Amino acid sequence: MDEFLQSLIRGLGTGSIYSLLALGFVIIYKSTQVISFAQPAFMLAGAVLVSYLSPAVSFVGAVLVAAVVIAVLALGVERTVLRPMVGKPVFVVAIITIGVDVVVRVVTNAFIGLDVRQVGDPWGLNTVNFLGAEVQQRYLVMIATTAVVTVALFAFFRYSRIGLAMRAVAYDQEVALAQGISVGSVFALSWALAGGLAALAGVFVATGAGVDQQLWIVALKALPAIILGGLESLGGAVVGGLAVGVVESLFGTYQGDFAPWLGSNFGLVAPYALMLLVLLVRPYGLFGKKEVERL
Amino acid sequence: MKRPTTIKGRPELYTSYKQDMGFLNTRPKRAWSGGLVVVALVLPFMITDDLLQLLATGFVAAIGAIGLNIVTGYAGQVSLGHAFFLAIGAYTGAALSGPETGRVIGFGITSLPIWLLASGLVAALFGVLVAPVAVRLRGLYLAIVTLGLVFLGEHVFREWTSLTGGPGVGRPAAVPELFGVRLDQDNGMFTAAQQLYLLMFVLLVIFGVLARNLVRSRVGRAFAAVRDRDLAASVIGVDLTKYKVLAFAVSSFYAGVAGALLFVVNGFFDPGSFNLLLSVQYIAMVLIGGAGTISGAIMGALFITLLPRITRELPTVLPFISGDATGVITVFQLEAVLYGVLIIVFLIVEPRGLFGIWVRVRNYWRTWPFSY
Repeated sequence: MDEFLQSLIRGLGTGSIYSLLALGFVIIYKSTQVISFAQPAFMLAGAVLVSYLSPAVSFVGAVLVAAVVIAVLALGVERTVLRPMVGKPVFVVAIITIGVDVVVRVVTNAFIGLDVRQVGDPWGLNTVNFLGAEVQQRYLVMIATTAVVTVALFAFFRYSRIGLAMRAVAYDQEVALAQGISVGSVFALSWALAGGLAALAGVFVATGAGVDQQLWIVALKALPAIILGGLESLGGAVVGGLAVGVVESLFGTYQGDFAPWLGSNFGLVAPYALMLLVLLVRPYGLFGKKEVERL
Repeated sequence: MKRPTTIKGRPELYTSYKQDMGFLNTRPKRAWSGGLVVVALVLPFMITDDLLQLLATGFVAAIGAIGLNIVTGYAGQVSLGHAFFLAIGAYTGAALSGPETGRVIGFGITSLPIWLLASGLVAALFGVLVAPVAVRLRGLYLAIVTLGLVFLGEHVFREWTSLTGGPGVGRPAAVPELFGVRLDQDNGMFTAAQQLYLLMFVLLVIFGVLARNLVRSRVGRAFAAVRDRDLAASVIGVDLTKYKVLAFAVSSFYAGVAGALLFVVNGFFDPGSFNLLLSVQYIAMVLIGGAGTISGAIMGALFITLLPRITRELPTVLPFISGDATGVITVFQLEAVLYGVLIIVFLIVEPRGLFGIWVRVRNYWRTWPFSY
């Protein structure tokens, strides 16, 4: 039972990282109808920035600064690279974001070097007793932080003027434009939000083991999460992220005992298998909108 | 009475649709194609072996890029899973033609046509298996699902060590033997590089012509209709399921063939090669070359394959770039950055890719010295 609880908490912890990333993907998708493959690079850049800043301005300060800096970077990318592509096929724009990802990642890698960099988080691999099971503190912190961030985001979209504007743009760009909403600034803001969320997620990934050049792969786990939840659903992104984290962790713990024929480390690819299964039943994800099409 | 199909002195006047869709429908096209074939056939006797090997790899990549172009450029189904199908082909070819050793399985059927066809067919089978998912999904959902395929494939190939040799170790690539002659070994007349170059070139011409014929037929027009608006296509009577499955099958067949040949030049390969980066490379080939054109896919594939070589030469021209792994800007970083930058620049500035540039050059000279 302890083993199960540990595995569950670990899954929810990593799942909340995926949720943060997935929220970024969905925010960009809702406003611009594009999946940004640049998220892994922003995540990596955030973690690296914190590893440089945290000795100077404490861990929490570094995280806040990094989130803001990466948000500004993402905003800059949107203005320079993505803005000329408004109205072009979404697939082409998605491929451009792959290009952005490669460029940002190579530049960031130059700052990592060959060593593993520490982000200087106060938790390390310390554990705490939680309902009778020893769980790592950092997972509890991740879950709590993600919960706070998610609630704040939902409140922002629900109650603030800009949040209302963003929802309007997601609903219908032209009508929003006609109501006097600056669609351009909504695009920029959604990229900035996604960048900030990615930076935060990157720091969480790097707690414990540190930052190396392979860290970005983690961000791709958010893709099954958004597909599971449905591309249009913020709630779906959170649920999908947590589901992916838990499935990955439970497979990691138990698959060796129950299904060894799947090979070692199947847990790492289990989210993709889960995604395929869900899509066969529900082609628009669990909470996605079924598109109504007309000629 | 048969109408005259050409009028003397009016080479570009078409009197039928069939003629307009002809294989090489203009005189300059015939001249250019013939000229390029002659140059390509003379080349192995003019340049060094290492360049020939690079070009041979480029030709194989072009076969793969044509395959991706059929499903993505013509039929409009975005696939990030090309690396998976390349891998299927590579392992089918290697396992069929390789000798049985204690470490990896092999069946010792070294005749090239047999294992090449088999690799293509096995990959096509997997394409058909994946296609039903593609029929239900569209756009970016499909892109991400095919991306998932790459990760699942990577896992299987990592674990199935009796087939793949395991990560970090790998296994020998397929054995190219044609009519009892080993093409990857020097013999009296030709070096191995020359033979492989010629083999890959001939195969590229065959598969290129086949693809060109496919896309200018009824099937190709159905693909384009599905790409442009699948709902409208189904309204005018295009069977969406059939053509999407067909597009995936043909594309995977090409990928399987390319995969089986891809490592023949090097002779050895590792299961880690078939990752997301490889898929992105093929997407880049298609987009940089020009989506929805066969010659564009070939240009893009050659460009991407030769790119590392070009950047390696840069330090001699630009001394601030360092040739080894030290220094402010190394060639390796430059190469990776160039990838990204080239994709971005091409898509923003010239969405029709290298093929689009060629069309513009051609139209400029066609009416020269008048601007239109």
